[in-house]
Amino acid sequence: MGDKLLQVSDLHVSVDEKEILKGINLTINKGEIHVVMGTNGAGKSTLANAIMGNPQYTVTKGNVWFDGQDITDKAVNDRGKAGIFMSFQSPISIPGITVENFIRTAKSMVIGKQIRALAFKRELKAKMDELSFDTSYAQRYVNEGFSGGERKKNEILQMSILDPKLAILDETDSGLDVDAVRIVSEGVSRFHNENNSVLIITHHNSILQNLKPDFVHILINGKIVKTGDASLVNEIEQNGYDAYKTLA
Amino acid sequence: MAEKLKKSQIADVDRGVYDIKNDFEYSYKSDAGLTEDVIREIWENKNEPKWMLEARLKSLEIYNQLDIPNWVPDISGLHMDNIVTYVKPKTDMKGSWDEVPEDIKDTFDRLGIPEAEKTTLAGVGAQYDSEMVYHSLQEDLKKQGVVYMDMETALNEYEDIVHQYWMTLIKPTDHKFAALHGAVWSSGSFVYIPEGVQVDIPLQSYFRLNAPGAGQFEHTMIIVEKGASVHFIEGCSAPKYNVANLHAGAVELFVKENARLRYSTIENWSKNMYNMNTKRALVDKNGTIEWVSGSFGSHVSCLYPTSILRGEGAHCEFTGVTFAGEGQFLDTGSGVVHAAPYTTSNVNTKSISKSGGAAIYRGMVNIEKNADHAKSTVSCESLMLDEISQSDTIPSIKVDNDNVDLGHEAKIGRISDEAIFYLMTRGISEEEARAMLVRGFVEPISKELPLEYAVEMNNLISLELEGSIG
Repeated sequence: MGDKLLQVSDLHVSVDEKEILKGINLTINKGEIHVVMGTNGAGKSTLANAIMGNPQYTVTKGNVWFDGQDITDKAVNDRGKAGIFMSFQSPISIPGITVENFIRTAKSMVIGKQIRALAFKRELKAKMDELSFDTSYAQRYVNEGFSGGERKKNEILQMSILDPKLAILDETDSGLDVDAVRIVSEGVSRFHNENNSVLIITHHNSILQNLKPDFVHILINGKIVKTGDASLVNEIEQNGYDAYKTLA
Repeated sequence: MAEKLKKSQIADVDRGVYDIKNDFEYSYKSDAGLTEDVIREIWENKNEPKWMLEARLKSLEIYNQLDIPNWVPDISGLHMDNIVTYVKPKTDMKGSWDEVPEDIKDTFDRLGIPEAEKTTLAGVGAQYDSEMVYHSLQEDLKKQGVVYMDMETALNEYEDIVHQYWMTLIKPTDHKFAALHGAVWSSGSFVYIPEGVQVDIPLQSYFRLNAPGAGQFEHTMIIVEKGASVHFIEGCSAPKYNVANLHAGAVELFVKENARLRYSTIENWSKNMYNMNTKRALVDKNGTIEWVSGSFGSHVSCLYPTSILRGEGAHCEFTGVTFAGEGQFLDTGSGVVHAAPYTTSNVNTKSISKSGGAAIYRGMVNIEKNADHAKSTVSCESLMLDEISQSDTIPSIKVDNDNVDLGHEAKIGRISDEAIFYLMTRGISEEEARAMLVRGFVEPISKELPLEYAVEMNNLISLELEGSIG
């Protein structure tokens, strides 16, 4: 701990000329789990997308540093290769590209060399089994006809194979039933170790059942208004955000 | 963040080995214009039966009377008087690879034909300009009575069959290019599958234009008798020339009761070609025609393979992909005539246009009065890779029977920024992301293609994408 992995400083982000993030400061060290909670429209997904470099989100001020580099102007795929992963809130489907082909291509890009098909197949099967993910889905087109839960499992599957340094989970638990949330939570728990970090954006504490957050941030109206420890999650679950809205 | 996704364009396809142009000596070259004398000359030169001369002259007469069809895109760059209609290579039919002249062999070598034959192909009929120069068929197929030969030879050896079916499905009166074909046709393939014979390995033919200004008018006739089945693959590729080239072939397919024919084509003509090909299939009771059609090359294409389902329960399956780049106008589609009860058709096409190219789907479904319980499904999807390209769907549906099940679906789209972002978050570059999405778009089609064509198509799509990041 103590090694800086991600450092967001005074980050201002606009979407369609409208300022959503109004000066975010956030430091995530190696091995840490951070949770960002907040009201709808507070800017949680914007934060995730801005760190990932989504071109729909414009950084108007501030910087994002990752693993010792200023990545504020880096292309999305370079961030992916550098070790940032984002689990999408609503992963889209990609007709014509199988799950296996997609993840193998991505893995080759991330590690910078071709990977052997057979060895990859074995790894993919093992990871799918861990997630109780029907292995026949490997040959299906990415997210085509997948249920919400299957799409999220697919995201966690990609995370576990690409093995990023920082995994950003953007409401991965939303819309999932209890069992699916547990599987996702266990998956993140298996992935997490002292050398990587997780940033969880959520409304609920259920995804945290297997995880111990080091820091919990409350994001309201484009600003982090409160940072605390894991107990903050329960407090929010019980009392809501009213107490923090005045701080924004 | 300074990264912006700008409009990307796919650079011109590297045609690689397909633009090889060989020096070649011609033993015979007809006058450029089209006159009765030219037709007689062609006929005399080819030792054809008398009825063929009459058929040719009748076609010429019709050709001279007909106007260019009004559905044709702009073909003002095509000057018929400049087309050398008949070019005969200085070589006769060869039975084995060893006897094929070196320069021709060299070209075919680079196209990988002998390798293909060695592996899975039953027979190779390669057309060099207007004549077959190389032809073979595996012995066991011969024993089963399967006939696969060039059209000229068939006209001599199987005159009765050829005469019986000759241009009965595509008539010279159909349109100007059909008439032209009837007048000046030369070579092509003849396939006859006897009753009950199942040909397990595909029969394959390559066509290739080599002489500047030469048109190609090959005639393909395939007869699949009752209960028989075959897969015929036609591949086309031509070197690039500055003179406008015309292709006006004719494909007549006869699928008898309970028979099955799969006809696969990749047309990859050079970018100066006017491709005015006519293809038709006549399907009897419970017979099946399957078309797999890829249109990539040519300057202008008008290609609408049409199936006439005249027997009860006859079925048509059409799978097509069209890829139009800079300077290309590809007007392609498919036609189905439901002329009997319980006939079914399933048409599935995809098109891609880029760099100002136009990919048009023009389709026809006719359901005739007696076609009770006919069922037809048409699905067209188009992908435009930039703002300057063109895509359109022009369906024509005519229904004379109320008791039918009909579906038509057309979608025109672009690659979404969201999809590109998703792929890029996984470390995939913008160029590769675009190529993957395009390959994914045509995947349902490419998996229907024979392996070597699927590879060729994927190579075609693995285009250099010029992504600008600023």
